Amino acid sequence: MEAFDYVAPRTLDEVYTHLNNGKRTLFMAGGTDVIVQLREGRRQCDLLIDLKRIDQLTSYGFDSEGTLVIGAATPLAQLYEDVDVRRRLPGLVDCASLIGGIQIQSRASLGGNLCNASPAADSSPALIVLGATLVISSAQGQREIPVEEFFLGPGRNALQPGELLLQIRVPRQHPNSGTRYLRFIPRNEMDIAVASAGVHVQLSEDGARIDQLRVALGAVGPTVKVVDTSSLVGRAADAAAIDAAGALSAEAATPIDDMRGGIVQRRKLARVLTVRAMEGAIERAREVR
Amino acid sequence: METRLNGVERDFLCEPRQSLLEVLRDELGLTGTKEGCNNGNCGACSVVLDGRIVNSCCVLAVEIEGRDLETIEGVARGDQLHPLQSAFLDEAALQCGICTPGFIMASKALLEREPDADEARIRHWLAGNLCRCTGYDKIVRAVRRAETAIEEMNV
Amino acid sequence: MTTIERPAYKVIGTRPIRPDGVEKVTGKAQYAADARPQGVVFAKILRSPHAHARILSVDTSEAERHPGVLAIITAADFPQAEDKIEDLGEGAVNLRELSDNILASEKVLYRGHAIAAVAAASPHEAEAAVQKIRVEYEVLTPVMNVLDAMREDAPLLSETRHTKMMGGQQSDKPSNIAAYNQFKTGDIEAAFAESDLVVEREFTTAMVHQGYIEPQSSTASWNADGTITIWTSTQGAFVVRAQVADVLRVPVARVKVIPLEIGGGFGGKIPIYLDPVAALLSKKSGRPVKLSMNRTDVFEGTGPTSGTVITVKAGAKGGRLHAVQATMRYEAGAYPGSPVGAGAMTMLAPYELENIEVHTYDVVVNKPKTSAYRAPGSPAAAFAMESVVDELARTLKIDPLQFRINTASKEGTKQVTGVPFARIGNEEVLQTAINHPHYTAPIEGPYRGRGVASGYWFNGGMQSSVVVAVNPDGTVNLVEGSTDIGGTRASLAMQLAETLAIPYEAIRPIVADTDSIGHNDVTGGSRTTFASGMAVYEAGKDVIREMSSRAAKLWSVGPDDVVYEDGTFRCLKDSTKEFTFRELAAQGARTGGPIAGKASLVARGAGGAFATHIVDVEVDPGTGKTQILRYTAVQDVGTAIHPAYVEGQIQGGVVQGIGWALNEEFIYDEQGRMLNSSFLDYRMPTSLDVPPIDAVIVEVPNPGHPYGVRGVGEVPIVPPLAAIANAVADATGHRFTQLPLSPRRLIEELDGAE
Repeated sequence: MEAFDYVAPRTLDEVYTHLNNGKRTLFMAGGTDVIVQLREGRRQCDLLIDLKRIDQLTSYGFDSEGTLVIGAATPLAQLYEDVDVRRRLPGLVDCASLIGGIQIQSRASLGGNLCNASPAADSSPALIVLGATLVISSAQGQREIPVEEFFLGPGRNALQPGELLLQIRVPRQHPNSGTRYLRFIPRNEMDIAVASAGVHVQLSEDGARIDQLRVALGAVGPTVKVVDTSSLVGRAADAAAIDAAGALSAEAATPIDDMRGGIVQRRKLARVLTVRAMEGAIERAREVR
Repeated sequence: METRLNGVERDFLCEPRQSLLEVLRDELGLTGTKEGCNNGNCGACSVVLDGRIVNSCCVLAVEIEGRDLETIEGVARGDQLHPLQSAFLDEAALQCGICTPGFIMASKALLEREPDADEARIRHWLAGNLCRCTGYDKIVRAVRRAETAIEEMNV
Repeated sequence: MTTIERPAYKVIGTRPIRPDGVEKVTGKAQYAADARPQGVVFAKILRSPHAHARILSVDTSEAERHPGVLAIITAADFPQAEDKIEDLGEGAVNLRELSDNILASEKVLYRGHAIAAVAAASPHEAEAAVQKIRVEYEVLTPVMNVLDAMREDAPLLSETRHTKMMGGQQSDKPSNIAAYNQFKTGDIEAAFAESDLVVEREFTTAMVHQGYIEPQSSTASWNADGTITIWTSTQGAFVVRAQVADVLRVPVARVKVIPLEIGGGFGGKIPIYLDPVAALLSKKSGRPVKLSMNRTDVFEGTGPTSGTVITVKAGAKGGRLHAVQATMRYEAGAYPGSPVGAGAMTMLAPYELENIEVHTYDVVVNKPKTSAYRAPGSPAAAFAMESVVDELARTLKIDPLQFRINTASKEGTKQVTGVPFARIGNEEVLQTAINHPHYTAPIEGPYRGRGVASGYWFNGGMQSSVVVAVNPDGTVNLVEGSTDIGGTRASLAMQLAETLAIPYEAIRPIVADTDSIGHNDVTGGSRTTFASGMAVYEAGKDVIREMSSRAAKLWSVGPDDVVYEDGTFRCLKDSTKEFTFRELAAQGARTGGPIAGKASLVARGAGGAFATHIVDVEVDPGTGKTQILRYTAVQDVGTAIHPAYVEGQIQGGVVQGIGWALNEEFIYDEQGRMLNSSFLDYRMPTSLDVPPIDAVIVEVPNPGHPYGVRGVGEVPIVPPLAAIANAVADATGHRFTQLPLSPRRLIEELDGAE
């Protein structure tokens, strides 16, 4: 690895003093991506800024409105072990518990996963369909954007120089809704997603009709693909609708051929995973909480 | 850097670019933690940092200032083996042994949280540790055997 | 010596703890990368980014000026190598090619081919300096698979290599086909003509890696007196010594190899890659040099095993296999020496056949030079053969195991080489499998299937040398030279304990360095428990003879009047006179000095091992993913010295086979660059990917060994590829002839077939 300096600030203001000074800086949360990238020469920096000593970035909690506010550098394991998070946001737990194995999850964070902006990231489809937003902070103040606006291309996120991802905000979910995230990997653990689907469905009071449906696909395009499912709103939440959603996903996907998967395979997975995730989301929506 | 290593305060010098794995092995002479892949995919370098199992190849040594670190060297108490270590021996759960420190650290972290983990849970938890010699069968048996031994000790 | 009935052993068959166990579970055991002699410096290798290129120039001047750099070497620093063949024990090597593989001189033949090496004060500095070495290449077109390499117009890896053919003949033109061979017996065309059914299929397998978790590492010190000390992990310290001496052209006795613990080998740690480089860097820098590979280097710069294209045409008649014709094309990698011959010989071993025709091609391609990988050559061959056998049996509506039983080879059956089998356990293994509850358990559900396959490995003998020293307190030091990968310290100590009739705990086995014990061939070839075991047995007998003569002296009788039974030396002339082993051991000094025994031998009489596996799978048609539901591996082990270690060898080999069948492969781009050279994308099974593996031990003792031992370590990897492919065929109704059976392949073929 090339040599670099390291600093672990304790406040956001301290972070800003290290930026905009001509040095190549990189942020580190859990480090499971950035340390490997530095070692392999895929990224370079003069200064590595470790965000983990800043409380706001490593804590999480439900606010008075039921929004889950997650510090961007919070380790995934802390999130998915939390009893309240598990109860209220199983769809989030789906994706948080899939990234890497146990060792990775002790350190890796949603923020890091999002900022890495891989087309195959596990965090993005689930967070998008949950309606999550991102709080971005800089010396000039804060701004908030929906997650789907955060990705500009493979490996490129919407942060401007001087900005860092501060928090992920997941709004309180409607009682008649359910979210499920599924991904396909060749083994049973440890792989990067070949394709993935996050589905959020909100049903009518009697659980029979689709009031809202959001589907987002991972690893089948340069960035997360949000599928236009407006045609299914108002329909009965039955097998036909589920199949139709699968077909919409297969149509919307624009996968490539690479060493992890093929076009035909990914298109089929987009369909199959959407169907299965939607079945799971509907089941969760119908559960009495 | 100052840290608490296997219960003892230690300090050491390092460069920011040195991983915790490098510093453990090359500066502190603790070679029980192994390098298998250096990119977080095999678990041979597993250590426990502030109570959580991590890949030390994906931690920078500079990060552990003021924190609590456990390595394989701290698992046995003098010549008294931990029940997991005895179980690995009794069940022949090691062949070449290179992955064994990582598996013992990871299994210990599991049993301290979930003393009754069943086979499926054990296999899931240990999926971040690769073994090429054993096919995992005897490793899983050893962890279950240790569960029983620990339970009997606590009764 | 014959052992037919299983004797009532005292130690053999028990499950004691291995002597190196405590060190390994506490992290104290020293592996190659743990070596850190005083003053050690660190080295890194420059590797070719191109799969095929001429090296026009190498400029190390800028690198030499990098801070902290102590020495740089290239192939020019190696002495001119001879064109000599050295037998490594699991394959022979041409020394000039070995030298060239270690550091390329005129051409680079694969991406990852080593070109130069830098020693510096820290590994980071060495890495930075390596990047400053300027190499000018003339990039050439690479050839990346056997079929392309065999074409008339293929780019040639070497302009001077002609195909070696039978009877010492050569091809007129240079070729990537390094060797062609042929076996024929009977009348193949007539046999096909009279068969009830003939099936012909072409099978393809990809290059795969042994996947040992410990990357190679070597630390060398070129000492002031001209001797060289090497600390490394290897399957054969003597083989390292011989190769280093050959490459550096120094006398063998000047090289001392200290084998540290080894983190897995499976055949991949027999050839050397780093040791002479580290030694020369040490000579140049005046410091001990540590040279370690990282995981990418291991994938791109060591010795994986061959990808293959195998065509099998087989005929069945009267419920038996009747005729087999096969063309086997194996990738040798950059230099000749694929295991195609072993593949041909083992493929047909389970069957009694009179009509055989096999053509074998050893083909060079622009990939790393292949090395042995557990039963080298056999798994891919079994994939082809056992799939065709399965198809024949099912089409004829005969139970696949019964079909094999109908044609089973046995003692006296002529092998492909013409040599008849000695006592083998093929039928016993098949009968155990067909009667096993797994085989008759119901398998329900769509997309679930069951497959079976058989396999064979010869197992090696070769050279072993041990010394047994008896201490005055009755404990015993066993000095041996077989590096311990899977528990051989224990299995050898157990055999010695059995021979000497003393407790296992009284024996301390030590794996010695090359200065301290006679020549031992590699730990590999499934030979150690057999051959070193035989040496241990002979050395034990030697000790008993020596101690008997000491007792005779004390009792003033002739040596023939002393017998050793159940741990006690008795006097035939006077039943009141006896010594236990321990009591007599204490008398050493009085009776002529230290008591020791030794044996150096070339072990003959190795017994081949058969295995038959049963596997249940479930395929998800939506994703193409295959889950292994249940796995039973039946194997003849001769005598299980330590049953838990035997089970461990079986389970480990099976899981490697599962990885090979389902997900492992070297993926290349068009420029011949490996795309998946990390454990993230070279997908070996995790604990969550496999079920428990039921290892069923069958014991048909090998008459060639005092305790009936057969090698066990290699045959477990032979049947899984075919067993799983057959199970997937059963589950999906589609026969797959290409490995791995990745989800992508299943989707593309199953949906394509619709």
